[in-house]
Amino acid sequence: MTTPPILILHAPGTNRDTEAAVAVELAGGDPRIVSMHDLRTGAASMSDFAGLLLPGGFSYGDALGAGVRLALELRTWLYEELADAVRLGRPVLGICNGFQTLLKSGLLGGSEGPEEGRRVTLTDNARGRFECRWVTLRVESGSRSGWLSSLEGTKIRCPVAHGEGRVAVRDPAVVGVLEEEGMVAFRYLSENGHGGEDRAAGGSYPANPNGSVDDIAGLCDATGAVVGLMPHPEDHVVDWQRPGGPPGRRGLPLFEGFVEAAG
Amino acid sequence: MERPLLPGCPVLDAEEARRPGRLDRGSPPGPLEVSPHDLLADRSPVAIVGTGLSESNRLGNADTTHRPSSRLSSVRVPIRIQVTAADDPRAGRIVDVARLLGVLGLEACRVSRVHYLHGDLSAADIGRLCDGVLVDPVVDEVTVGSPQPTLHPAVEVAPRPGVTDTEARELERAAAALGLPPVRASTARRYELIGDLDEADVSAISRQLLANETIELHSLGVVEPSFDTVSSAQARVETVKLAGLTDADLERLSRERLLSLDRAEMRAIQEHFGREGRDATDAELETLAQTWSEHCMHKTFRARIRLEHTRADGSVTVSHHDGLLRALRTVTEEIDPAWLRSAFDDNAGIVAFDDDFDLAFKVETHNHPSALEPFGGANTGIGGVVRDVMGVSARPIACTDVLCFGPPEPPDRDLPPGVLHPRRVRDGVVAGIGDYGNKLGLPTVNGAVIYDEGYIANPLVYCGALGMLPAGSHPTEPRAGDRIVAIGGRTGRDGIHGATFSSAGMDETTAEQAGTAVQIGDPITQKGCIEVVEQARDRRLYNAITDCGAGGFSSAVGEMGEHLGAEVDLAGAPLKYEGLEPWEIWLSEAQERMVMAVPPDLLGPMRELCEHNDVEMTELGSFTATGRLVVRHGRTPVVDLPMDFLHGGVPGREMVARWADPLPAPGKVPDVDLSRLVVDLLSHPTVASKEAIVRTYDHEVRGGTVGRPFVGVHADGPGDGAVLKPLGTWHHDTAVALSVGINPRIGRLDPWAMALHAIDEAVRNLVAVGADPGRVALLDNFCWGDPTKPDRLGPLVRAVEGCVEGARRYRMPFISGKDSLFNEYAGEAIPGTLLISALGLVPDLHRTVDSAFTRAGNDLWLVGDPSDRLGGSLADDLLGIGDRRVPPAPPDPLPRYVEVHRLIAEGSVTAAHDVSDGGIAVAIAEMAIGGRLGVEASVPAVGTEPVATLANEAPGRLLLESPPARRDQVADRLGRLGRRIGALTGASSIEIRVAEQGGSAPVDAQSLTIGLEEAVRAFTGKTANP
Repeated sequence: MTTPPILILHAPGTNRDTEAAVAVELAGGDPRIVSMHDLRTGAASMSDFAGLLLPGGFSYGDALGAGVRLALELRTWLYEELADAVRLGRPVLGICNGFQTLLKSGLLGGSEGPEEGRRVTLTDNARGRFECRWVTLRVESGSRSGWLSSLEGTKIRCPVAHGEGRVAVRDPAVVGVLEEEGMVAFRYLSENGHGGEDRAAGGSYPANPNGSVDDIAGLCDATGAVVGLMPHPEDHVVDWQRPGGPPGRRGLPLFEGFVEAAG
Repeated sequence: MERPLLPGCPVLDAEEARRPGRLDRGSPPGPLEVSPHDLLADRSPVAIVGTGLSESNRLGNADTTHRPSSRLSSVRVPIRIQVTAADDPRAGRIVDVARLLGVLGLEACRVSRVHYLHGDLSAADIGRLCDGVLVDPVVDEVTVGSPQPTLHPAVEVAPRPGVTDTEARELERAAAALGLPPVRASTARRYELIGDLDEADVSAISRQLLANETIELHSLGVVEPSFDTVSSAQARVETVKLAGLTDADLERLSRERLLSLDRAEMRAIQEHFGREGRDATDAELETLAQTWSEHCMHKTFRARIRLEHTRADGSVTVSHHDGLLRALRTVTEEIDPAWLRSAFDDNAGIVAFDDDFDLAFKVETHNHPSALEPFGGANTGIGGVVRDVMGVSARPIACTDVLCFGPPEPPDRDLPPGVLHPRRVRDGVVAGIGDYGNKLGLPTVNGAVIYDEGYIANPLVYCGALGMLPAGSHPTEPRAGDRIVAIGGRTGRDGIHGATFSSAGMDETTAEQAGTAVQIGDPITQKGCIEVVEQARDRRLYNAITDCGAGGFSSAVGEMGEHLGAEVDLAGAPLKYEGLEPWEIWLSEAQERMVMAVPPDLLGPMRELCEHNDVEMTELGSFTATGRLVVRHGRTPVVDLPMDFLHGGVPGREMVARWADPLPAPGKVPDVDLSRLVVDLLSHPTVASKEAIVRTYDHEVRGGTVGRPFVGVHADGPGDGAVLKPLGTWHHDTAVALSVGINPRIGRLDPWAMALHAIDEAVRNLVAVGADPGRVALLDNFCWGDPTKPDRLGPLVRAVEGCVEGARRYRMPFISGKDSLFNEYAGEAIPGTLLISALGLVPDLHRTVDSAFTRAGNDLWLVGDPSDRLGGSLADDLLGIGDRRVPPAPPDPLPRYVEVHRLIAEGSVTAAHDVSDGGIAVAIAEMAIGGRLGVEASVPAVGTEPVATLANEAPGRLLLESPPARRDQVADRLGRLGRRIGALTGASSIEIRVAEQGGSAPVDAQSLTIGLEEAVRAFTGKTANP
């Protein structure tokens, strides 16, 4: 079995890179944490990797909005390489700040071309503050992501830890469009479904911790290769990480799917 | 240009008011909404209308013609870009908090981010900037140029010059990344206040909610952006004549220069320069003042103290202390466990973790800065303590924080002048901690929040950091010839006089005087430093390292070179802006800087490593073998002091302390409904859930959090200690546990007992999560009033004596400590407050438990003995009982903790919780809340007062849940140390009886029943099933 090399991008302020590397390694990949500096200077190249993971953190302090500055760096320095990777079907996974970055760089969110601009974004949590808590999310059936397909319907328990994780749209109709286009990859689930019933959070706090429209926790792009989500499946890859509370699986299978798609 | 709705509404900033052209002068040039996409496509109908500021007269001839492609060259006023998010959640919070301030007329608020840019930018450039970084097309509206006229008062807030503005700096960098011409940026926030408001309302909202005048400017209407002033650099060194000055002159000099030195110290300095036959430089005086400050030198903890102790029977004993610090060190040396690596010698205490790694732990305080600027104070408090841990070459892995605030609803009286509302202090401190810890990627895992009127004018902010380092990897020997290398943030005028400022009391003038001592942190710069230090350590690139804390370079270089000598040229120091005088560069406490001793042949690799991590590195000079600290600025001499005088020249202190034991008055317990009392205790701010605070901290990052702040089926029961499994150690099962103990209410009555109570609380919190009581290290943090007053020093000495006694009783060493004295406001001291932080090891992370009940039918056990004394309890406070008798601390506490640990380690215990604030009924209720399980318990009576039985806060007690199948085992282990007091039920109520000793029949009036749902509501403020 191959151990595909996975690039874990580290920019100033990235902070869940090591956990992401542990998750990738447990999933059978070969994680390498590569600095933005090395990619910019050419000391490392994205084309040497079978998959790209953008981990959580506060890239550049998120001083201009979450992921904004790193998204600019991606567009400025790595866009061609990224586009190539996506064309080749290499999986790209953005978690939390990585999701924010992918969305704000236009790689996610189903932009219909530069003329239209973005139609979905991640912005301040509805409660206006950073929040850390465990949530239940479901891998949505019907998403385009090939590498999530074996996990469809799976309930994953893992924490969120963010201040700007609310999925928002300008035009409410966009939500239906995203659904139709198969771009909704994850939803927050209601936590009262102890008896096996499996309902989306219905916007209720804290099951939907940030007020995301239609309980959307993660998206994929039109090719299905690029996936982003706000919660942190990399913080639940072994059993002892899990607190009490509602049922739900570890996040490890997500990384196994990702590594397999890269291999 | 603003058109204030409130004619005559004052311009809020006095300086602004003097500036011409501020108020309405007729119609402004019309602003224009510009879609960023139009701008991007360079097909904007108009690009720039005016250039932002309202003073069109300043432009000479206001340019309102449409010149889409023209460059706004040689503009002297900045371009203004205002961005407004459609539904900014901050707006709602502002309305809510305004209501708490008594401003009921505010109906809504529109919040905008404002960016000012100086630079040679075209309209297309601005469009690219908007589209690239400033504007989110999904949620934002943008206005380039003057703000749209508004019918509502608009308040704008901007950082004062020199205050860290990371947003502006990132904007400058983003502009460069976009390939735009160089720009200088500045930011502000704009708040349009919608509703029925008068001048006083707007003023109240501005001052008490939107802006902090210590660090921010605010203005009704457009605020003047603050670009850091550029003035010519000059190496001006002032000399100060000391010869011939009288004592009174010396004392005045100390006061005027904010040196915080006393007469004897000033005289020692005068004598030194007399021997050298010259005047002192300004920088030399400042260097000595910082090095000799209470903050850096701990003069009180090193002083000889005479204690006059009056007993309750009126007898007086006099004892002498030869240094409080020495007493703590001595007891640690007596205990000296094999796993102790370093105690009191370095920036943090160090203990062994496993075969490969050591753990470093340090707790600091940042009280005065947090009183003045809660966000920045707490922000930089975290930053500082994390650098302490980096200063022993450790990788920081977790944070703790303990906060003491005035009550959120202070009693109905005016706050002292210059004091911020406790709620504002709390919200700012909490936001500051979250901002820094979260951005460093450190889990904030443990702490406490205490509300007490004693902290209204002087809050306490204890910040802790835990780090990990390969065993024996911390080099501590700089060598002559090593280069002095600084990494991290640049030096500005910020943070000057921090050490001396925190070595004196506060009053209403402090905010003005110490404005420069308060800073905002830049966690991302520090994050880079963490990564550089870790790699530099592993590659052995330095011989010594320390953080730049109080005293800045002066204390970092002075301390590292204490046994050598050092030569520094300040001309090479990287500055945030020009114009700093040499002494300011030398003394600045600008954040996020570390200093290392790097051998000359390793400079290349060190520089490469820094570049790789986008961290700035500078050489400041060299360590020498001269025994002198020599500082120049280019060719200008700045400081030339012998190291032995700098570090050994401070005269020893002789101090007097007084303490009288309280008379043992029992007080009077009123008739109360027990159920009501327990519900009230559960909802008391000190007991009630801290979720609203703690969930704003990331406690999961680094993936190693096993024991969490919240536990149970809905993750809303209180956790006791934190349990962490550090990354890089997953191959074995040992984990780290952290906890705290603190109780100022006990301290008011008996500071000696406070120490024992705090130690016990920290220990039982650790044992409750599965830690081994044989592997616990302690940290002390004393926050006290002015120690030169004998009635303040007396309790401090008693508290230290209590710590020494506690270390002996528990066989646990103190590995680090810190004292923060002069916590006084206008002559009124805080209650002397001792925080004990504990670091322990959990042998097997699979054998930890938490406080939430797990299964109906299981037994409930009580370990330890109650007391009929209510002194220092929350119930005493709540009911005004006035009991002045403190429950005694157990004389031999360890055996019970050893047995409980064995029970947890062998799997006989399914939940454990310590009995502390509120007493046993509250503790039982908390376990029930966590598990959403009912309970029936029968608590053995002490004395005749059921209130005393249920609400005494005697230390040494733990509650355990255990399956009936393990009953014999538990009984055997505990023997007479514990007893079975009840069982978990399937019912949804908490039923507690006061039983006569021996378990005879209960009396009806001595029982309480609280519905689970009611308990949940009281504790969490929410319904039982979220």
